[in-house]
Amino acid sequence: MSARDRILGRIRAAQGKAPVASPQERAVVASYIGARAPGPCPSLDWDPAVRFRERVLALSSTYEDVGAIEDAPRAVAHYLRGQALPLTAVCWPELSSLPWQEAGLVVETRAARGDDLVGITGAYCAIAETGTLMLLSGPHTPAAASLLPETHIAIMRADRLVGTMEDAWRLLRAESGAPPRAVNFVSGPSRTADIEQTLTLGAHGPYRVHVVLVR
Amino acid sequence: MQVTSSQFKQTARVKLTDPRLQAALRKLQGNFVKGRADRIAELDNFEDIRDAAAAVRDRALAHLDRYLEEFENNATARGAMVHWAETAADVNRIVCEIAARHGVRRIAKSKSMVTEECGLNDALEAAGYEVVETDLGEYILQLAREHPSHIVAPVVHKSRDEVSDLFAAKHGQPRKSDIAELTREARLMLRPRFLAADMGVTGANFLIAETGSTLIVTNEGNGRMVTTLPRVHVAITGIEKVVPTLEDIATLMRLLPRHGTGQSVTNYISVTTGARGRDETDGPEHFHIVLVDAGRTGLLGTDLQPMLRCIRCGACMNHCPVYQSIGGHAYGWVYPGPMGSVLTPSYAGLENALDLPHAATLCNQCGVVCPVKIPLPELLRKLREQQFERRLRPAAERMGLALWGRIAQRPALYAFAARIAAKILAWIGGREKLVHSLPFAGGWTGGRDLPAPEGRTFRDLYARRGATREESGEIK
Repeated sequence: MSARDRILGRIRAAQGKAPVASPQERAVVASYIGARAPGPCPSLDWDPAVRFRERVLALSSTYEDVGAIEDAPRAVAHYLRGQALPLTAVCWPELSSLPWQEAGLVVETRAARGDDLVGITGAYCAIAETGTLMLLSGPHTPAAASLLPETHIAIMRADRLVGTMEDAWRLLRAESGAPPRAVNFVSGPSRTADIEQTLTLGAHGPYRVHVVLVR
Repeated sequence: MQVTSSQFKQTARVKLTDPRLQAALRKLQGNFVKGRADRIAELDNFEDIRDAAAAVRDRALAHLDRYLEEFENNATARGAMVHWAETAADVNRIVCEIAARHGVRRIAKSKSMVTEECGLNDALEAAGYEVVETDLGEYILQLAREHPSHIVAPVVHKSRDEVSDLFAAKHGQPRKSDIAELTREARLMLRPRFLAADMGVTGANFLIAETGSTLIVTNEGNGRMVTTLPRVHVAITGIEKVVPTLEDIATLMRLLPRHGTGQSVTNYISVTTGARGRDETDGPEHFHIVLVDAGRTGLLGTDLQPMLRCIRCGACMNHCPVYQSIGGHAYGWVYPGPMGSVLTPSYAGLENALDLPHAATLCNQCGVVCPVKIPLPELLRKLREQQFERRLRPAAERMGLALWGRIAQRPALYAFAARIAAKILAWIGGREKLVHSLPFAGGWTGGRDLPAPEGRTFRDLYARRGATREESGEIK
């Protein structure tokens, strides 16, 4: 008998169940999972775009709108100059065709390295309730680009704004069925308060997160 | 980890007079206690969400074997390898085997209390692997060779000065005293170790049956590092951590960060499913998941089963007057505070933690703040009962309780004894009406006076009041 069978056997014995699950038990579990019923949400009596911006700022990120996706590189360059940050970045393959060079930026489309200072990514969607970006891993959307650089710039379309995490899961299921290898929810710059409960930004991940919303 | 809970009283006494610890604990109350109150006020239907969260956890536990099998099937279908560990020693053996199979040398870990239970770091180091903790707090503890004193804020007992001294000694760099600079120094020390690690080891806050995913929450981003960069990822967690669906996760995520750190949302919530896909440039090539029993099945089907709902937020300890006074180390094992006082006797043996079920005033602050409504004081009382039944309490205490029990079962005798006791105490109290010391209760009166009874007993007063009301026609 394997450790697996012994553990599962102990669970069933402890709960006074027969050694093998009955069809009814299986049906109860299958129907609960199948229903994917959302739990209670708090009142969502806000405008998603207003709420998202408010929460993003509350999480110590910065935020700006642009009118079209082609305007994003100029906005990014403006932000980097304003922060006195380098105009060189690693970027998701998904965004490589934007006019970066014209905006005065040197953008490389490759896997992020430990010494990259700026990472530019998109976002699968964003959650207004908490101001959270949802990033999916994939060949064109590598996870490290939003993690290793000291500055993370996320460009996302306003029509990808959803209300809650429940909505985000629903969108993911509708569009791609199962989650990819990594789903990362990002809510602001990395932080720690381990030493004397004092909040410090930039623990292991980015010190800065800048959100560019394309209207 | 070794259990030192039997020294609870001695250690607690030392901690009570440690000024640095006392200052640190006061800060914890400000941030985590006030933070939780502020953040739950954001939810206009907080109690509904709390009921739903408790129901999610209960549902998983009621069909635990089925949800675990569902989880295993879905995780395996996505290319993860699922291992089952019956004991802490099994966990260490399995993880060492995984490391050996993949030719691993360097391991980077993110915070995991289950691996603290197992003493995994010691086992890996003994087997010749280089292990580094990457959560800032856990990294500090690894350098200082200490254990965590809180499940969320592991290094809450240490001051900035202690960290400054430690870093200066271990990193061989000029001593820094600014917290941001200390954090930066740790970042610079750990970054190369993330990049060089062959294997990442994490816990899992939850397992999701529907998708076969593991989930971790971190603020620092170290959890993302160790699940993204090394070529092997091992996630280790208790079998009770399974939940059925992604919707259930959304419910729990409204509560965990609010109760844990006073945040509306944790910085990073990372859901990992399977190994690196074709054409992906990052992510582990091998993904192993270790499901741990190590005492958990012993709680199922017993009065203590509700304890398995626990989502490890730490709110019970943050709000506990005992934890607030002595910190976490006195509890003597991985889990401190009220949840620890239930888990330590349950996992490490009732006889090894005799004082823990009594390390509570039963004020029920813990029960009130628990996001999944675990009736902690009730569970502590159950453990006290078990101690009595298994004759683990001192003989004098057992005899005293047995005597009291016998008298309490005979109402006439009880009334008589109470009347006598009230008279004697009133006499001892004298004109001051305070009892300064009592035989067999020196521990209690050592720190305070007992107000002497004022003549009649409660039962006498109650009976009289009933009679008066009847006369005046209030009760028919």
